[in-house]
Amino acid sequence: MRKVLLVRYGEVFLKGANRPHFLKLLTDNVKRAVKPIGGKVWLSDSRIYVSDVEDMDECVRRVRKVFGLYSVSPAIECEKDLDVISEQCIEMMKGKRGSFKVYGKRSDKKFPMNSLEFAAELGGRILESNPHLTVDIHNPQHKLRVEIRDNCYICCEEIMAVGGLPMGSSGRAALLLSGGIDSPVAGYCMMKRGVRCCAIHFQSPPYTGELARDKVMQLAKEMAEYSGGMRVYLVPFTKCQLEIHEKCPEGLGTLITRRFMMRIAQEIAKQNECNALITGESLGQVASQTMESIVCTDAVCEMPVFRPLIGMDKTEIMDIAKRIGTYETSILPYEDCCTVFTPRHPVTKPKLDTMPKAESKLDIEALVKEAVEGTELVIVS
Amino acid sequence: MEAYLDNSATTKPCAAAVDAMVKCMTEGYYNPSSVYKPAVEAFQQLRACRELILKALHAGDHSLVFTSGGTESNNLAILGTVGRMRGKQLVAVSAVEHPSVRESFAELERQGHEVRVIGVSEKGELDWDALSKALDDGASFVSCMQVNNETGAKLDVARLHELVNGRAIIHVDGVQGFLRVPIDLRYVDLYTLSSHKIHGPKGEGALVYRKGLRFVPRQIGGGQESGLRSGTENTPGIAGLMAAVQEMLKLGPQMQRELMQKKLHLIEAFKNAVPELLINGPEPEQAAPHIVNLSFPGVRGEVMLHALESKGVYASTGSACSSKKLKVSGVLTSMGIAPSRAEWALRFSLSPHTTIEEIDYAAQCLAELYAQLKKYARR
Repeated sequence: MRKVLLVRYGEVFLKGANRPHFLKLLTDNVKRAVKPIGGKVWLSDSRIYVSDVEDMDECVRRVRKVFGLYSVSPAIECEKDLDVISEQCIEMMKGKRGSFKVYGKRSDKKFPMNSLEFAAELGGRILESNPHLTVDIHNPQHKLRVEIRDNCYICCEEIMAVGGLPMGSSGRAALLLSGGIDSPVAGYCMMKRGVRCCAIHFQSPPYTGELARDKVMQLAKEMAEYSGGMRVYLVPFTKCQLEIHEKCPEGLGTLITRRFMMRIAQEIAKQNECNALITGESLGQVASQTMESIVCTDAVCEMPVFRPLIGMDKTEIMDIAKRIGTYETSILPYEDCCTVFTPRHPVTKPKLDTMPKAESKLDIEALVKEAVEGTELVIVS
Repeated sequence: MEAYLDNSATTKPCAAAVDAMVKCMTEGYYNPSSVYKPAVEAFQQLRACRELILKALHAGDHSLVFTSGGTESNNLAILGTVGRMRGKQLVAVSAVEHPSVRESFAELERQGHEVRVIGVSEKGELDWDALSKALDDGASFVSCMQVNNETGAKLDVARLHELVNGRAIIHVDGVQGFLRVPIDLRYVDLYTLSSHKIHGPKGEGALVYRKGLRFVPRQIGGGQESGLRSGTENTPGIAGLMAAVQEMLKLGPQMQRELMQKKLHLIEAFKNAVPELLINGPEPEQAAPHIVNLSFPGVRGEVMLHALESKGVYASTGSACSSKKLKVSGVLTSMGIAPSRAEWALRFSLSPHTTIEEIDYAAQCLAELYAQLKKYARR
């Protein structure tokens, strides 16, 4: 008899011929998540199991952040003997009050009773042992699950995991990480769909300071809790911003800045075998995120740009940020490069065909090249 | 090269302070409340430090309680004494105080006391008429800082004392003034000081108070520090503070003159580097010898700060305790300085150990950086 963590996976079930590939990824990701606390992880009979961990709460905290999982349950593993099982069930229900139900599940058909039979039998024995309990099969307060597989597993709580697809199953993409509320959430949404993300951050010293950089690294660290590590590319962006400020129409300043970010990000993405860019844009949130502006920024990209927050309201995005733990860091006030040289009256409906003229005084290629070459890589784990 | 010109944020602990702290932790680590010999020695060490500070301040009629620093001392001075008075009080505070004082008065206001905020002129001088009016209206407690942390403006303590004329308790926050600007404690009932502004360790400070003043303690327990501040005393911090005070005293009275000369040299050198430069607050000769607040037209203080930082020159956009909040300085705007000019402001603060080379290096960096940055001033 020992304690294990029962891990159920979600959408991977729907996969066909390549399900083994997904399951291998998923198991490896669970292994990576529990590695620091030294657990044993294996896949068997459409469940993943984690055993040999001392701190089960910490194990739950780590495993439920692995993308592709449906839920986890701390469970007791014991032999498939009705008396042993019932003793264990009685022990787990000791001291509890209210209504309960035993859910039986038998995938080992050699076990002599079927699911309904042994659930009823166990329910009866528990009821005898604890007079404070009543049975309610429709809406029980306590749900005791007994599963007969290679061994018997008994658990009484199910903790929801984050869902999604296994990290790494959907390729690689580069996230433009500003330090605000939205971009970490955008990264999270794509990571959840199995995308392995690296982050690209633009810094403009002396207009941005060490604290802004520290904030971004902290955000990357918080996101890395889900992905198991993250590469952060820090792009020197001052020169681009100053040239734009000096040589371009003021009202288009932010938009042209965005176009440069996309160009630079795309180069870095290409060098790192990423197939797409990710941004935290939400339609109409600010002048550079109107439909017309997005048309203009998109025009400089050859690779697809994923904008998972495009249809979300700020409050919805904030709710996710709070849930995933990046909100507190995001709202720290240090200035990031997006707010440096904000035009007083930004153009909200720019026309794509005016862009080449607006940028005509800039040596685009040289500026992009210089920024890409000056980029610094920091690996967060 | 590096030039640390942010000594009002904190100072580098002097070697004597570090040594004294190590010695206290390795040898004299006993609890000063215990009763065996080594512990009694620790207790005697506290008393020696208390006496040294009171002597350095020529405070005959005062006693001293050790605290964790300026903030705690200010909290205790204000909330502790006013909390002990009967009924609702009228209290007065200058408009340019440190947040630890401002927030204490905000707390008094929440408790139902009436708070009168006394304005200051563009040179940082108190509005004496307003203060006089507050006193005539029955103000029973007045708090003003000895040296303003952002502009270096000095308080005329004698005038304050004369005006108050025994009608109110006088609290002076001396965190930026202690041992760098003389003060006559005969005029002061409560005086706050902090260790890490005079090359001592962080986490240590004191409140000097006139004997007989009554407080409600802010921290209760074992009754240490005459019951005013329970909790085992931070003996290493106090040892460090004592050593730092001794070192400052060794520098003698000429130290203040030398500091002033260095500051005037800084202003001269910076003016040569950036002729457009503006001085915020009082005339440099009239202000404290170690603080100057300058505006570089067209360049936001924060940007200039980071640009200087890249050259190893460290300054500040305001009180370090609040400079992370990225607002225009409330102190400067209270003085009637225009918001744009306040946005360009940087504070430079010296220590007796600041060298002319450091200042000249900073000036050289400034000349170079200002020429670059002013081109990109916001349109």
